[in-house]
Amino acid sequence: MNTEEKSGYLNIDSSLYKTRISKKFENRKHYQPADPKIILSFIPGTVTDIFVTAGQQVKKGQDLMILDAMKMQNRLKCIMDGKVKSIAVIKGAKVSKGTLLMELE
Amino acid sequence: MPVNKKIRELQEKREKLLLGGGEQAIEKQKAMGKRTARERIMSLLDENSFNEYDLFVEHDARDFDMDKKSLPSDGVIIGSGTIYGAPVAIFAQDFTVAGGSLGLMHSRKITKIMDHALKMRMPLIGINDSGGARIQEGVNSLAGYGEIFFRNTISSGVIPQISVILGPCAGGAVYSPALTDFVFVVDNISKMFITGPEVIKTVLGEEISMEDLGGARVHSEVTGNAHFFALSEEECFEQIKKLITFIPWNNGKKARAFEPGEPKPEYNINKIVPEDPTLPYDVKDVIRAIVDNSDFFEIMELYAKNIVIGFGRMGGRTTGFVANQPLEMAGVLDVDSSDKAARFIRYCDAFNIPIITLVDLPGYLPGVDQEHAGVIRHGAKVLYAYSEATVPKLTVILRKAYGGGYIAMSSRHLRADFVFAWPTAEIAVMGPEGAANIIFRKEITSSSDPDKTRKQMVEEYKRKFANPYVAASRGYVDAVIEPSETRRFLMHSIEVSENKDVPMPAKKHGLPPF
Repeated sequence: MNTEEKSGYLNIDSSLYKTRISKKFENRKHYQPADPKIILSFIPGTVTDIFVTAGQQVKKGQDLMILDAMKMQNRLKCIMDGKVKSIAVIKGAKVSKGTLLMELE
Repeated sequence: MPVNKKIRELQEKREKLLLGGGEQAIEKQKAMGKRTARERIMSLLDENSFNEYDLFVEHDARDFDMDKKSLPSDGVIIGSGTIYGAPVAIFAQDFTVAGGSLGLMHSRKITKIMDHALKMRMPLIGINDSGGARIQEGVNSLAGYGEIFFRNTISSGVIPQISVILGPCAGGAVYSPALTDFVFVVDNISKMFITGPEVIKTVLGEEISMEDLGGARVHSEVTGNAHFFALSEEECFEQIKKLITFIPWNNGKKARAFEPGEPKPEYNINKIVPEDPTLPYDVKDVIRAIVDNSDFFEIMELYAKNIVIGFGRMGGRTTGFVANQPLEMAGVLDVDSSDKAARFIRYCDAFNIPIITLVDLPGYLPGVDQEHAGVIRHGAKVLYAYSEATVPKLTVILRKAYGGGYIAMSSRHLRADFVFAWPTAEIAVMGPEGAANIIFRKEITSSSDPDKTRKQMVEEYKRKFANPYVAASRGYVDAVIEPSETRRFLMHSIEVSENKDVPMPAKKHGLPPF
């Protein structure tokens, strides 16, 4: 594990402070607004079923897939009317949290 | 049977039990670079001070052929002894007996010594080295853990509780250390996690070594679960012994007084802090220039290094130090440093240890990640901890004390008893650059040379407000002092605070933001 620190500058209220920068700060995630068309796994688990195919029209509330996690079959539902642009996983895929599952349009 | 034969019988029984899991298991333990539970107790306690209890305890589990198995002392050693003459209750899990697994009688031995420590008002040290719950004993082993957690909680703030992780400590077992005051870990030996690498691999397909998941370094640098990191068991025991000298035996006592000693002359307090508030320095050198014998015992040295916490002595009495560290992340307050400081302040308050706060911070760390990580409620812990603390609170503003950071760092407004400032102090609502940009926005934007005007305005703001005298004129600062006068002022303040008594409104308990 690398926790080496770098020397650098930190900007607080328009002043630049000469200081060491922590690894945690260097590696912080930059914010990205959530896109409702991109469906990511909200929990690590296994995709046990996929009910739609690419190009298929879908309605709000429709079941898209089952993400089995922590002994629970989570039914992922569509949150908008639209079309399945692409499916990024196959049945049986093990996914970690935040993995792209499906894209809508 | 004649008496001497009975004595011989006792000796034989003992001898057998003292071997724990037997020669083979002991060899295995050694091969892992670990000492046996008994060796650990012996090297931690004063010579010949250990009295062992419950050596003859046995389990009475019947399922899964357990009735045919004998587990010496049920895999845990309990007793009491002394460290530098201070009484301590101790338990050490014996990995050579059924992997130190926790069954009902094992847990009853631990809770017995915990009850004893609480009743006798003496510190408790727990050495953890266990594979976890003894699965064969089912819900009885869960009950055991629960009984331990309950006692950890009830004893919290009454007697010091110290956890030493010298082997695996996994699953529910981790919550006992997490509930105690100080957690000690040793490189390559300590392993702590809720779910181990195997489960993570099965469920998530992520591969990670035990060391990277929950090794000593991870808990010291990343999670903040551990307070002291050592490279060997020997170094770890030295750290524990040293800690014991700094803390009182219980919350009704003060820590033992030691012979006072002057700080070493090599720490020249007048020359440590650069005048330019944007330049770094090591605030630990300031602490070493103030404390007895320049002996500063740092806690959580590797975690959230932008704040420094630890013990030193002033005139022979234990004192807690909280200091912003300009060397790391400019000494900002953020989620992790707030947690670190707040818990330590509450520790000092619970155990009658005066707190000295050294202030030099530009404010809070800006950023989406901080806001989303809850810097509001984490930052609030510092305000809560200082406000609630009734031990003597002394503050020295070394240089920057801007905005919310000024308020949080044991200001007069949170009832610091004494607030001193060095001539280099800048106590202001925010840094000069930021303040000038806001106050003189019109002048700057309407100027024919905005950069030049901005510089002029920043200078003007610095001259008028970046000093200790505005705050001193309101009485928020009690005295502006020379750096070299700091030790004298602080020692006097601690002396006159000896009988400090602050009535607080009656309540069941407050609601700190955790």
